[in-house]
Amino acid sequence: MKSRRGPLLTLLLAGAFALCVGPFYWLAIAATQEDKDVFSWPPKLLPGGHFLENLRGLEESIGLTRVLLNTLVVSGVQTLGAVVVSVLAGYAFAKFEFRGRNLFFVLLLSTLVIPDTVMLIPVFQMMMDLGLIDSYQSIILPGLVTPFGIFLMRQALRSMPDELLDAARVDGAGELRVLWRIVIPVNRPIIAALALFVFLGSWNQFVWPLIALRSPEMYTLPVATATLQGLSTTNYAQVLLAAGIAAVPVMALFLVLQRQFISGLLAGATKE
Amino acid sequence: MSSVLPERASVTEKSAGRGASAHAGRARPRRRALLTRGSVPYLLIMPAVLGFAIFKAYPIVSSLWISLTTGSGTDRSFAGLANYRRLLNDPLFWTALKNTALILVVQVPLMLCLALLVALALNSAKVWLRPLWRLGVFVPSLTGLVAAGVMFSVILNRDAGLLNWVLSLFGVDRVNWLGSPGWARVGVVLVITWHYTGYNAVMYLAGLQGIPKELYEAAMVDGAGPIRRFFSITLPQLRPILLLTVVLSTIGTLQLFDEPYVLTGGGPDNATLTVTMYLYNNGFKYFDFGYASAIAYALALIVSVLGILQVRLMGERR
Repeated sequence: MKSRRGPLLTLLLAGAFALCVGPFYWLAIAATQEDKDVFSWPPKLLPGGHFLENLRGLEESIGLTRVLLNTLVVSGVQTLGAVVVSVLAGYAFAKFEFRGRNLFFVLLLSTLVIPDTVMLIPVFQMMMDLGLIDSYQSIILPGLVTPFGIFLMRQALRSMPDELLDAARVDGAGELRVLWRIVIPVNRPIIAALALFVFLGSWNQFVWPLIALRSPEMYTLPVATATLQGLSTTNYAQVLLAAGIAAVPVMALFLVLQRQFISGLLAGATKE
Repeated sequence: MSSVLPERASVTEKSAGRGASAHAGRARPRRRALLTRGSVPYLLIMPAVLGFAIFKAYPIVSSLWISLTTGSGTDRSFAGLANYRRLLNDPLFWTALKNTALILVVQVPLMLCLALLVALALNSAKVWLRPLWRLGVFVPSLTGLVAAGVMFSVILNRDAGLLNWVLSLFGVDRVNWLGSPGWARVGVVLVITWHYTGYNAVMYLAGLQGIPKELYEAAMVDGAGPIRRFFSITLPQLRPILLLTVVLSTIGTLQLFDEPYVLTGGGPDNATLTVTMYLYNNGFKYFDFGYASAIAYALALIVSVLGILQVRLMGERR
């Protein structure tokens, strides 16, 4: 009985794997078909020869290069900014005593239960008043403060021994130097994990850019993909290629930084 | 934690003393000590506080105010509770709430049970190629909701979709996944489940690996079978993570927007209209900010109440 459980569980997991990964295989195939072949019965299960043609089509219909660049700028800047803000604040909450620390930390965490949708309209009005609608800033700025990021960094930095920091201080290092030369290098894996989480969320964000962006040349990839799909003359091979292009960078990043990613997930999930 | 301050204070004193004995300038160590204990933490949290004030605190308060006004765009006048009264009598709002609740009570338990099963399998020492399976089940949660939505809008196509084709191999007739009210809901549930099960499974796996082996060994010595061990050790030990996933999934599902927006546009016949989608329509299609804000606050209230209830029910015995 016991010896049979291994193969059985393996089979079960292989099934789950197929259900999870199968749609991506099909997506990759469909993105290389001619539009009319996307909806063929039975579905095509081997690659067609229209990949480059679909790519050119996307460049024409949504300005793929520009849209990718927009998405990259927004996600890159937002990730960098959010990580800096989170590390600084997380360090303060983890390693300093100061008046109002607990109050502010609780306030910050409590916004986690307030749905983001509550912020949509006031932030939209704010951006209108500032004349920032349809700009990179309107997309980047609201994402710079992530309660989750600050929480994650605080948890991680708390477990760093104080002796390490004090030793550096005794040696005459200023606070910035301690942060830059000790805190950040020691915690590089968890900071990488945080950067991945933020980048992932930023790369894929949809509702807010959909609202705040007006002109097609400012669109990010998810917004461009969704608007493309809404057209009556939708070329589905192209839409699916766009979806695939959106998925590839994050998967590549994940593959490279898998270990950090999972350790970050665990840090967020298991620490008190 | 409370011991940190005196400890650090003593260290700074020590370093100041050392500086003095080495005939170094007295001003430098003292200024550093001042920086350390006084302004540094405030400087560190400054960006976070600013961002929090502008993009969280202000919108939360402002939204409440807007929900008490009527008018279109920025031309607003105070209206008291009119928007909330309208909300209570708006059949479409109740439809959206009912749809959202239905997806919540069906999808979240289904997904979390599946995730637990996958995690238990992944945690078994007898499984081959474990890293590969773990990677595979996690991959969907990396995909953006729009990309997943677009992909599944074709996979779930009635006439030529991949899913109907696979089902036809087993002799199942074509299902109108996105075109009929009932099946459209099932379709949305399928896509969300596909998207997030692996994420939760990896969280559970983390929890499982944190359970001390000695607990199981002791239970086995006492003669507890696998089922008994699961209910007496695994589940109680997983409780914090279970709670976390339940709360996160609840919050996420109550705010559901992207998937139905891309998959069905809320149709057919409003069967997949969600609360956030209704909010979006009112705010950004009809520019009725007052009413949309009232919907946002109603939603925030529901999320908080459910969140608190869940923490009370599941978290108490810790």
